[in-house]
Amino acid sequence: MEALFFYLFGGLALISSFFVIFLRKPVHNAVALIFTFFCLAGLYLILGAEFVAMIQVLVYAGAIMVLFLFVIMLLNLEEEEAIEGRGNKFRRWLGGFAAVVVFLLLAPVWLMQALPVVKGTFPPEKVQELGNTVWIARLLFTDYLLPFEVASVLLLAAIVGAVFFAMKRM
Amino acid sequence: MELLTYLALMGLKSIAVLGFLLFAASYLVLGERKLLARFQVRYGPNRAGPWGLLQPIADMIKLLAKEDIVPQGADRKLFLLAPALVATTALLSFGAVPWGPELVLGGRKIEGAVADVQVGLLYIFAMSSLSVYGIALGGWASNSKYSLLGAVRGAAQMISYEISLGLSLAPIVMLSGSFSLREIVEAQEKVPFGLIQPVSLFLFLTSALAEIKRIPFDLPEAENELVAGYHTEYSGMRFGLFFLGEYVNIIVLGGVVANMFLGGWKGPLLPPLLWFVIKVLAVAFFLIWVRATLPRLRYDQLMHLGWKLLLPLSVLNVILTGAVLAAWPKS
Repeated sequence: MEALFFYLFGGLALISSFFVIFLRKPVHNAVALIFTFFCLAGLYLILGAEFVAMIQVLVYAGAIMVLFLFVIMLLNLEEEEAIEGRGNKFRRWLGGFAAVVVFLLLAPVWLMQALPVVKGTFPPEKVQELGNTVWIARLLFTDYLLPFEVASVLLLAAIVGAVFFAMKRM
Repeated sequence: MELLTYLALMGLKSIAVLGFLLFAASYLVLGERKLLARFQVRYGPNRAGPWGLLQPIADMIKLLAKEDIVPQGADRKLFLLAPALVATTALLSFGAVPWGPELVLGGRKIEGAVADVQVGLLYIFAMSSLSVYGIALGGWASNSKYSLLGAVRGAAQMISYEISLGLSLAPIVMLSGSFSLREIVEAQEKVPFGLIQPVSLFLFLTSALAEIKRIPFDLPEAENELVAGYHTEYSGMRFGLFFLGEYVNIIVLGGVVANMFLGGWKGPLLPPLLWFVIKVLAVAFFLIWVRATLPRLRYDQLMHLGWKLLLPLSVLNVILTGAVLAAWPKS
Protein backbone atom coordinates (compact mmCIF):
# COMPACT_ATOMS: atom_id res chain seq x y z
CA MET A 1 0.00 0.00 0.00
CA GLU A 2 2.75 2.40 1.03
CA ALA A 3 4.84 1.46 -1.98
CA LEU A 4 1.88 2.07 -4.27
CA PHE A 5 1.40 5.60 -3.00
CA PHE A 6 5.15 6.21 -3.02
CA TYR A 7 5.39 5.37 -6.72
CA LEU A 8 2.22 7.33 -7.45
CA PHE A 9 3.38 10.54 -5.77
CA GLY A 10 7.02 10.07 -6.72
CA GLY A 11 6.17 9.43 -10.35
CA LEU A 12 3.78 12.37 -10.53
CA ALA A 13 6.37 14.61 -8.90
CA LEU A 14 8.96 13.58 -11.48
CA ILE A 15 6.60 14.07 -14.42
CA SER A 16 5.42 17.45 -13.21
CA SER A 17 8.98 18.64 -12.56
CA PHE A 18 9.76 17.76 -16.18
CA PHE A 19 6.83 19.97 -17.13
CA VAL A 20 8.28 22.76 -14.99
CA ILE A 21 11.35 22.71 -17.22
CA PHE A 22 9.89 22.00 -20.62
CA LEU A 23 6.61 23.92 -20.84
CA ARG A 24 6.83 27.18 -22.74
CA LYS A 25 4.61 29.61 -20.85
CA PRO A 26 5.87 30.85 -17.47
CA VAL A 27 2.39 30.51 -15.93
CA HIS A 28 2.23 26.85 -16.97
CA ASN A 29 5.67 26.27 -15.43
CA ALA A 30 4.46 27.79 -12.19
CA VAL A 31 1.35 25.59 -12.17
CA ALA A 32 3.49 22.49 -12.77
CA LEU A 33 5.75 23.53 -9.89
CA ILE A 34 2.72 23.89 -7.59
CA PHE A 35 1.69 20.37 -8.53
CA THR A 36 5.21 19.11 -7.78
CA PHE A 37 5.04 20.65 -4.30
CA PHE A 38 1.70 18.98 -3.80
CA CYS A 39 3.18 15.58 -4.68
CA LEU A 40 6.07 16.20 -2.27
CA ALA A 41 3.50 16.82 0.45
CA GLY A 42 2.03 13.42 -0.41
CA LEU A 43 5.47 11.84 0.05
CA TYR A 44 5.82 13.50 3.47
CA LEU A 45 2.44 12.03 4.42
CA ILE A 46 3.69 8.55 3.57
CA LEU A 47 6.63 9.19 5.89
CA GLY A 48 4.16 9.92 8.67
CA ALA A 49 5.06 13.60 8.82
CA GLU A 50 1.57 15.12 8.63
CA PHE A 51 2.65 18.45 10.03
CA VAL A 52 5.45 18.92 7.52
CA ALA A 53 3.14 17.81 4.70
CA MET A 54 0.49 20.37 5.58
CA ILE A 55 3.04 23.14 6.03
CA GLN A 56 4.49 22.19 2.65
CA VAL A 57 1.11 22.74 0.98
CA LEU A 58 0.26 25.78 3.07
CA VAL A 59 3.55 27.64 2.71
CA TYR A 60 5.12 26.47 -0.53
CA ALA A 61 2.14 25.60 -2.69
CA GLY A 62 -0.31 28.02 -1.10
CA ALA A 63 1.72 31.14 -0.32
CA ILE A 64 5.11 31.30 -2.03
CA MET A 65 3.85 30.11 -5.40
CA VAL A 66 0.97 32.59 -5.25
CA LEU A 67 3.57 35.34 -5.07
CA PHE A 68 5.46 33.81 -8.01
CA LEU A 69 2.26 33.63 -10.01
CA PHE A 70 1.42 37.16 -8.96
CA VAL A 71 4.68 38.47 -10.35
CA ILE A 72 4.33 36.50 -13.58
CA MET A 73 0.78 37.73 -14.05
CA LEU A 74 1.64 41.35 -13.33
CA LEU A 75 4.69 41.41 -15.58
CA ASN A 76 2.65 39.46 -18.12
CA LEU A 77 5.68 37.50 -19.28
CA GLU A 78 5.04 36.00 -22.67
CA GLU A 79 6.67 33.16 -24.50
CA GLU A 80 9.17 35.23 -26.51
CA GLU A 81 10.70 36.95 -23.51
CA ALA A 82 11.06 33.68 -21.70
CA ILE A 83 12.83 31.98 -24.57
CA GLU A 84 15.18 34.88 -25.30
CA GLY A 85 17.70 33.51 -22.83
CA ARG A 86 18.05 30.30 -24.80
CA GLY A 87 20.62 31.70 -27.20
CA ASN A 88 23.00 32.44 -24.37
CA LYS A 89 25.88 29.97 -24.76
CA PHE A 90 27.47 30.66 -21.40
CA ARG A 91 24.25 29.93 -19.58
CA ARG A 92 23.88 26.66 -21.42
CA TRP A 93 27.34 25.51 -20.41
CA LEU A 94 26.72 26.58 -16.85
CA GLY A 95 23.47 24.64 -16.75
CA GLY A 96 25.10 21.53 -18.21
CA PHE A 97 27.94 21.77 -15.72
CA ALA A 98 25.52 22.08 -12.81
CA ALA A 99 23.57 19.06 -14.04
CA VAL A 100 26.74 16.94 -14.21
CA VAL A 101 27.78 18.00 -10.70
CA VAL A 102 24.38 17.11 -9.28
CA PHE A 103 24.50 13.76 -11.06
CA LEU A 104 27.93 12.99 -9.63
CA LEU A 105 26.74 13.91 -6.18
CA LEU A 106 23.78 11.56 -6.49
CA ALA A 107 25.69 8.71 -8.13
CA PRO A 108 26.82 7.07 -4.87
CA VAL A 109 23.16 6.75 -3.86
CA TRP A 110 22.37 4.77 -6.99
CA LEU A 111 25.46 2.63 -6.57
CA MET A 112 24.36 1.65 -3.11
CA GLN A 113 22.32 -1.55 -3.29
CA ALA A 114 20.56 -1.01 -0.02
CA LEU A 115 20.85 1.78 2.46
CA PRO A 116 22.38 0.65 5.75
CA VAL A 117 19.67 0.59 8.39
CA VAL A 118 20.55 3.00 11.15
CA LYS A 119 18.00 3.46 13.88
CA GLY A 120 17.76 7.14 14.72
CA THR A 121 16.55 8.67 17.94
CA PHE A 122 13.07 9.03 16.48
CA PRO A 123 11.76 5.75 15.09
CA PRO A 124 8.14 5.82 13.83
CA GLU A 125 6.79 4.19 16.99
CA LYS A 126 8.16 6.97 19.15
CA VAL A 127 6.81 9.66 16.82
CA GLN A 128 3.39 7.99 16.77
CA GLU A 129 3.26 8.12 20.55
CA LEU A 130 2.78 11.87 20.73
CA GLY A 131 2.24 12.76 17.12
CA ASN A 132 4.46 14.49 14.64
CA THR A 133 3.35 18.03 15.56
CA VAL A 134 4.08 17.74 19.27
CA TRP A 135 7.57 16.34 18.67
CA ILE A 136 8.51 19.06 16.23
CA ALA A 137 7.32 21.73 18.64
CA ARG A 138 9.20 20.18 21.58
CA LEU A 139 12.47 19.85 19.74
CA LEU A 140 12.18 23.25 18.11
CA PHE A 141 11.69 25.05 21.41
CA THR A 142 14.21 23.07 23.47
CA ASP A 143 17.17 21.47 21.69
CA TYR A 144 17.01 23.59 18.55
CA LEU A 145 15.95 26.89 20.06
CA LEU A 146 19.04 28.77 18.90
CA PRO A 147 18.87 27.77 15.21
CA PHE A 148 15.15 28.52 15.31
CA GLU A 149 15.71 32.02 16.67
CA VAL A 150 18.58 32.66 14.27
CA ALA A 151 16.33 31.70 11.36
CA SER A 152 13.61 34.03 12.57
CA VAL A 153 16.09 36.91 12.88
CA LEU A 154 17.23 36.16 9.34
CA LEU A 155 13.65 36.34 8.10
CA LEU A 156 13.10 39.58 10.00
CA ALA A 157 16.20 41.05 8.35
CA ALA A 158 14.82 40.05 4.95
CA ILE A 159 11.48 41.73 5.73
CA VAL A 160 13.19 44.92 6.87
CA GLY A 161 15.29 44.87 3.71
CA ALA A 162 12.21 44.45 1.51
CA VAL A 163 10.43 47.32 3.26
CA PHE A 164 13.53 49.49 2.86
CA PHE A 165 13.63 48.92 -0.89
CA ALA A 166 9.90 49.51 -1.20
CA MET A 167 10.21 52.80 0.70
CA LYS A 168 13.04 53.93 -1.56
CA ARG A 169 10.88 53.43 -4.64
CA MET A 170 8.03 55.51 -3.26
CA MET B 1 -11.71 -8.01 4.26
CA GLU B 2 -10.72 -5.40 6.81
CA LEU B 3 -9.48 -3.17 4.04
CA LEU B 4 -12.63 -3.73 1.98
CA THR B 5 -15.01 -2.76 4.78
CA TYR B 6 -12.83 0.25 5.48
CA LEU B 7 -12.94 1.34 1.85
CA ALA B 8 -16.69 0.72 1.61
CA LEU B 9 -17.26 2.76 4.77
CA MET B 10 -15.05 5.58 3.50
CA GLY B 11 -16.85 5.57 0.17
CA LEU B 12 -20.28 5.67 1.77
CA LYS B 13 -19.32 8.50 4.08
CA SER B 14 -17.74 10.49 1.26
CA ILE B 15 -20.82 10.07 -0.93
CA ALA B 16 -23.14 11.05 1.92
CA VAL B 17 -21.10 14.16 2.74
CA LEU B 18 -20.75 15.11 -0.91
CA GLY B 19 -24.49 14.74 -1.40
CA PHE B 20 -25.19 16.81 1.68
CA LEU B 21 -22.76 19.53 0.60
CA LEU B 22 -24.16 19.82 -2.91
CA PHE B 23 -27.74 19.81 -1.64
CA ALA B 24 -26.98 22.30 1.13
CA ALA B 25 -25.03 24.60 -1.20
CA SER B 26 -27.81 24.78 -3.77
CA TYR B 27 -30.46 25.43 -1.13
CA LEU B 28 -28.21 27.92 0.60
CA VAL B 29 -28.35 29.95 -2.62
CA LEU B 30 -32.13 29.94 -2.43
CA GLY B 31 -32.03 30.69 1.29
CA GLU B 32 -29.69 33.61 0.73
CA ARG B 33 -31.87 35.06 -2.04
CA LYS B 34 -34.98 34.67 0.10
CA LEU B 35 -33.37 36.24 3.17
CA LEU B 36 -31.77 39.06 1.20
CA ALA B 37 -35.18 39.79 -0.29
CA ARG B 38 -36.73 39.89 3.19
CA PHE B 39 -33.99 42.21 4.43
CA GLN B 40 -34.82 44.51 1.53
CA VAL B 41 -38.60 44.16 1.96
CA ARG B 42 -39.10 42.08 -1.19
CA TYR B 43 -40.50 38.60 -1.73
CA GLY B 44 -37.56 36.88 -3.40
CA PRO B 45 -37.88 33.88 -5.72
CA ASN B 46 -41.36 32.37 -5.35
CA ARG B 47 -42.36 31.18 -8.83
CA ALA B 48 -40.75 27.74 -9.17
CA GLY B 49 -42.69 25.38 -6.92
CA PRO B 50 -44.23 26.25 -3.54
CA TRP B 51 -42.27 29.11 -1.87
CA GLY B 52 -39.80 28.88 -4.74
CA LEU B 53 -38.48 25.57 -3.42
CA LEU B 54 -37.75 24.22 -6.90
CA GLN B 55 -35.64 27.27 -7.81
CA PRO B 56 -32.25 25.51 -7.24
CA ILE B 57 -33.29 22.71 -9.61
CA ALA B 58 -34.35 25.19 -12.27
CA ASP B 59 -31.04 27.03 -11.81
CA MET B 60 -29.10 23.80 -12.15
CA ILE B 61 -30.87 22.82 -15.37
CA LYS B 62 -30.22 26.29 -16.76
CA LEU B 63 -26.52 26.19 -15.88
CA LEU B 64 -26.02 22.70 -17.29
CA ALA B 65 -27.89 23.44 -20.51
CA LYS B 66 -26.09 26.70 -21.24
CA GLU B 67 -23.32 26.86 -23.80
CA ASP B 68 -19.82 26.51 -22.38
CA ILE B 69 -17.90 29.36 -23.97
CA VAL B 70 -14.11 29.64 -24.05
CA PRO B 71 -13.17 33.16 -25.15
CA GLN B 72 -10.82 33.72 -28.04
CA GLY B 73 -7.26 34.30 -26.87
CA ALA B 74 -7.89 32.53 -23.61
CA ASP B 75 -5.39 30.04 -22.25
CA ARG B 76 -7.67 27.10 -22.90
CA LYS B 77 -6.22 24.51 -20.51
CA LEU B 78 -6.00 26.77 -17.50
CA PHE B 79 -9.33 28.36 -18.32
CA LEU B 80 -11.00 24.96 -18.16
CA LEU B 81 -9.07 23.90 -15.06
CA ALA B 82 -9.65 26.94 -12.85
CA PRO B 83 -13.34 26.51 -11.91
CA ALA B 84 -12.74 22.86 -11.04
CA LEU B 85 -9.95 23.95 -8.69
CA VAL B 86 -12.27 26.32 -6.85
CA ALA B 87 -15.00 23.70 -6.41
CA THR B 88 -12.69 20.79 -5.47
CA THR B 89 -10.65 22.67 -2.87
CA ALA B 90 -13.88 23.85 -1.24
CA LEU B 91 -15.41 20.36 -1.24
CA LEU B 92 -12.18 18.71 -0.07
CA SER B 93 -11.74 20.99 2.90
CA PHE B 94 -15.01 19.74 4.40
CA GLY B 95 -13.42 16.30 4.61
CA ALA B 96 -11.62 17.18 7.83
CA VAL B 97 -14.63 18.80 9.49
CA PRO B 98 -16.16 16.43 12.07
CA TRP B 99 -19.94 16.53 12.34
CA GLY B 100 -20.73 14.01 15.08
CA PRO B 101 -19.32 11.86 17.87
CA GLU B 102 -17.70 8.50 17.33
CA LEU B 103 -20.25 5.77 16.68
CA VAL B 104 -19.70 2.14 17.64
CA LEU B 105 -21.49 -0.14 15.20
CA GLY B 106 -20.98 -3.88 15.46
CA GLY B 107 -17.73 -3.52 17.37
CA ARG B 108 -16.34 -1.10 14.79
CA LYS B 109 -15.64 2.51 15.62
CA ILE B 110 -17.02 4.92 13.05
CA GLU B 111 -15.80 8.46 13.38
CA GLY B 112 -18.23 11.25 12.59
CA ALA B 113 -16.10 12.82 9.87
CA VAL B 114 -14.87 11.75 6.46
CA ALA B 115 -11.35 11.71 7.87
CA ASP B 116 -10.39 12.60 11.40
CA VAL B 117 -7.00 14.10 10.55
CA GLN B 118 -4.54 14.82 13.35
CA VAL B 119 -3.66 18.10 11.68
CA GLY B 120 -7.24 18.80 10.55
CA LEU B 121 -7.09 22.53 11.06
CA LEU B 122 -3.88 22.87 9.05
CA TYR B 123 -5.42 20.72 6.33
CA ILE B 124 -8.39 23.07 6.05
CA PHE B 125 -6.04 26.06 5.90
CA ALA B 126 -3.97 24.33 3.24
CA MET B 127 -7.04 23.71 1.10
CA SER B 128 -8.26 27.26 1.49
CA SER B 129 -4.82 28.58 0.53
CA LEU B 130 -4.94 26.44 -2.62
CA SER B 131 -8.29 27.89 -3.63
CA VAL B 132 -6.48 31.14 -4.53
CA TYR B 133 -5.26 29.40 -7.66
CA GLY B 134 -8.74 28.87 -9.03
CA ILE B 135 -9.29 32.61 -8.89
CA ALA B 136 -5.83 33.74 -9.96
CA LEU B 137 -5.53 31.27 -12.85
CA GLY B 138 -9.15 31.65 -13.96
CA GLY B 139 -8.83 35.41 -14.12
CA TRP B 140 -5.49 35.31 -15.87
CA ALA B 141 -6.47 32.63 -18.38
CA SER B 142 -9.60 34.54 -19.45
CA ASN B 143 -7.37 37.06 -21.20
CA SER B 144 -9.61 39.95 -20.29
CA LYS B 145 -8.76 43.13 -18.40
CA TYR B 146 -11.61 42.86 -15.94
CA SER B 147 -10.86 39.24 -15.19
CA LEU B 148 -7.16 39.94 -14.67
CA LEU B 149 -7.89 42.85 -12.34
CA GLY B 150 -10.28 40.67 -10.39
CA ALA B 151 -7.72 37.88 -10.22
CA VAL B 152 -4.93 40.17 -8.99
CA ARG B 153 -7.22 41.69 -6.39
CA GLY B 154 -8.37 38.25 -5.29
CA ALA B 155 -4.83 36.88 -4.96
CA ALA B 156 -3.59 39.93 -3.03
CA GLN B 157 -6.59 39.89 -0.71
CA MET B 158 -6.39 36.19 0.01
CA ILE B 159 -2.66 36.26 0.79
CA SER B 160 -3.12 39.25 3.08
CA TYR B 161 -5.95 37.77 5.10
CA GLU B 162 -4.57 34.25 5.29
CA ILE B 163 -2.09 35.36 7.95
CA SER B 164 -4.64 36.84 10.32
CA LEU B 165 -6.93 33.91 9.54
CA GLY B 166 -4.31 31.48 10.79
CA LEU B 167 -3.20 33.59 13.74
CA SER B 168 -6.75 34.27 14.89
CA LEU B 169 -7.23 30.56 15.50
CA ALA B 170 -3.87 30.06 17.23
CA PRO B 171 -5.31 30.88 20.71
CA ILE B 172 -7.92 28.15 20.24
CA VAL B 173 -5.19 25.67 19.37
CA MET B 174 -3.24 26.82 22.44
CA LEU B 175 -6.28 26.36 24.67
CA SER B 176 -7.11 22.90 23.39
CA GLY B 177 -3.55 21.79 22.70
CA SER B 178 -4.46 20.14 19.41
CA PHE B 179 -4.86 20.73 15.67
CA SER B 180 -7.49 18.03 15.44
CA LEU B 181 -10.98 19.48 15.21
CA ARG B 182 -12.39 16.53 17.09
CA GLU B 183 -10.11 17.14 20.08
CA ILE B 184 -10.91 20.85 19.93
CA VAL B 185 -14.62 20.02 20.19
CA GLU B 186 -13.91 17.60 23.06
CA ALA B 187 -12.04 20.39 24.85
CA GLN B 188 -15.22 22.49 24.84
CA GLU B 189 -17.14 20.07 27.03
CA LYS B 190 -17.84 22.72 29.66
CA VAL B 191 -17.63 26.12 27.98
CA PRO B 192 -17.59 26.76 24.22
CA PHE B 193 -14.47 28.66 23.15
CA GLY B 194 -16.63 31.39 21.64
CA LEU B 195 -17.27 32.64 25.18
CA ILE B 196 -13.64 32.40 26.32
CA GLN B 197 -12.21 33.89 23.13
CA PRO B 198 -14.74 36.34 21.64
CA VAL B 199 -11.88 38.40 20.17
CA SER B 200 -10.59 35.36 18.34
CA LEU B 201 -14.10 34.64 17.03
CA PHE B 202 -14.45 38.19 15.73
CA LEU B 203 -11.00 38.16 14.09
CA PHE B 204 -11.62 34.77 12.53
CA LEU B 205 -15.03 35.67 11.14
CA THR B 206 -13.72 38.91 9.64
CA SER B 207 -10.66 37.30 8.04
CA ALA B 208 -12.71 34.36 6.82
CA LEU B 209 -15.23 36.69 5.18
CA ALA B 210 -12.34 38.24 3.29
CA GLU B 211 -10.91 34.82 2.50
CA ILE B 212 -14.11 33.60 0.86
CA LYS B 213 -14.71 37.05 -0.70
CA ARG B 214 -18.15 37.75 0.73
CA ILE B 215 -19.68 41.14 0.68
CA PRO B 216 -17.82 43.69 2.64
CA PHE B 217 -14.74 42.15 0.96
CA ASP B 218 -16.04 41.17 -2.47
CA LEU B 219 -13.67 43.43 -4.39
CA PRO B 220 -12.37 40.65 -6.68
CA GLU B 221 -15.84 40.43 -8.21
CA ALA B 222 -17.12 43.95 -7.54
CA GLU B 223 -19.83 44.07 -10.18
CA ASN B 224 -20.02 47.83 -10.52
CA GLU B 225 -16.33 48.20 -11.35
CA LEU B 226 -15.20 44.86 -12.78
CA VAL B 227 -18.37 43.40 -14.39
CA ALA B 228 -17.97 40.14 -12.46
CA GLY B 229 -14.24 40.16 -11.72
CA TYR B 230 -12.34 36.93 -12.17
CA HIS B 231 -15.32 34.95 -13.50
CA THR B 232 -16.50 37.54 -16.03
CA GLU B 233 -15.76 35.32 -19.02
CA TYR B 234 -17.22 32.13 -17.63
CA SER B 235 -20.58 30.76 -18.66
CA GLY B 236 -22.74 27.73 -18.01
CA MET B 237 -21.66 25.12 -15.52
CA ARG B 238 -18.11 26.47 -15.26
CA PHE B 239 -19.54 29.63 -13.81
CA GLY B 240 -21.73 27.31 -11.76
CA LEU B 241 -18.60 25.70 -10.28
CA PHE B 242 -17.30 29.08 -9.06
CA PHE B 243 -20.70 29.65 -7.54
CA LEU B 244 -20.76 26.19 -5.97
CA GLY B 245 -17.28 26.76 -4.52
CA GLU B 246 -18.40 29.97 -2.89
CA TYR B 247 -21.41 28.42 -1.19
CA VAL B 248 -19.60 25.25 -0.16
CA ASN B 249 -17.00 27.56 1.40
CA ILE B 250 -19.76 29.17 3.45
CA ILE B 251 -20.77 25.75 4.75
CA VAL B 252 -17.15 24.84 5.49
CA LEU B 253 -16.72 28.12 7.33
CA GLY B 254 -19.92 27.39 9.25
CA GLY B 255 -18.55 23.96 10.15
CA VAL B 256 -15.21 25.37 11.29
CA VAL B 257 -16.82 28.11 13.40
CA ALA B 258 -19.24 25.57 14.89
CA ASN B 259 -16.39 23.24 15.82
CA MET B 260 -13.89 25.83 17.00
CA PHE B 261 -16.13 28.26 18.85
CA LEU B 262 -19.64 26.89 19.34
CA GLY B 263 -18.91 23.46 20.77
CA GLY B 264 -19.40 21.45 17.58
CA TRP B 265 -22.07 18.77 17.68
CA LYS B 266 -22.52 19.06 21.45
CA GLY B 267 -25.75 20.42 22.86
CA PRO B 268 -28.66 19.46 25.08
CA LEU B 269 -31.71 17.38 24.05
CA LEU B 270 -31.34 17.31 20.27
CA PRO B 271 -29.22 14.66 18.48
CA PRO B 272 -25.60 15.68 17.75
CA LEU B 273 -25.93 15.80 13.98
CA LEU B 274 -28.89 18.16 14.24
CA TRP B 275 -26.97 20.45 16.61
CA PHE B 276 -24.13 20.60 14.17
CA VAL B 277 -26.44 21.50 11.26
CA ILE B 278 -28.21 24.14 13.36
CA LYS B 279 -24.89 25.77 14.28
CA VAL B 280 -23.68 25.73 10.67
CA LEU B 281 -26.93 27.30 9.49
CA ALA B 282 -26.70 29.93 12.22
CA VAL B 283 -23.27 30.97 10.94
CA ALA B 284 -24.55 30.98 7.36
CA PHE B 285 -27.48 33.16 8.44
CA PHE B 286 -25.04 35.55 10.11
CA LEU B 287 -23.01 35.80 6.89
CA ILE B 288 -26.14 36.58 4.86
CA TRP B 289 -27.15 39.16 7.42
CA VAL B 290 -23.73 40.80 7.12
CA ARG B 291 -24.09 40.82 3.35
CA ALA B 292 -27.45 42.57 3.60
CA THR B 293 -26.08 45.15 6.04
CA LEU B 294 -22.57 46.26 5.13
CA PRO B 295 -21.36 48.23 2.10
CA ARG B 296 -18.24 47.14 0.22
CA LEU B 297 -14.85 48.37 1.42
CA ARG B 298 -12.56 50.45 -0.76
CA TYR B 299 -9.34 48.71 -1.77
CA ASP B 300 -7.00 50.70 0.49
CA GLN B 301 -9.44 50.25 3.39
CA LEU B 302 -9.34 46.51 2.78
CA MET B 303 -5.53 46.37 2.95
CA HIS B 304 -5.50 48.75 5.90
CA LEU B 305 -7.95 46.61 7.85
CA GLY B 306 -6.08 43.40 7.13
CA TRP B 307 -2.51 44.46 7.82
CA LYS B 308 -2.87 47.27 10.34
CA LEU B 309 -5.83 46.13 12.43
CA LEU B 310 -6.57 42.42 12.18
CA LEU B 311 -2.96 41.22 12.07
CA PRO B 312 -1.66 43.16 15.11
CA LEU B 313 -4.83 42.33 17.05
CA SER B 314 -4.50 38.63 16.38
CA VAL B 315 -0.80 38.67 17.35
CA LEU B 316 -1.74 40.49 20.55
CA ASN B 317 -4.44 37.92 21.20
CA VAL B 318 -1.92 35.10 20.81
CA ILE B 319 0.52 36.78 23.20
CA LEU B 320 -2.17 37.47 25.81
CA THR B 321 -3.52 33.94 25.62
CA GLY B 322 0.01 32.60 25.95
CA ALA B 323 0.65 34.80 28.99
CA VAL B 324 -2.58 33.71 30.66
CA LEU B 325 -1.88 30.06 29.95
CA ALA B 326 1.64 30.42 31.32
CA ALA B 327 0.40 32.17 34.48
CA TRP B 328 -2.43 29.71 35.17
CA PRO B 329 -1.46 26.40 33.60
CA LYS B 330 -4.33 24.03 32.96
CA SER B 331 -4.76 21.53 35.77
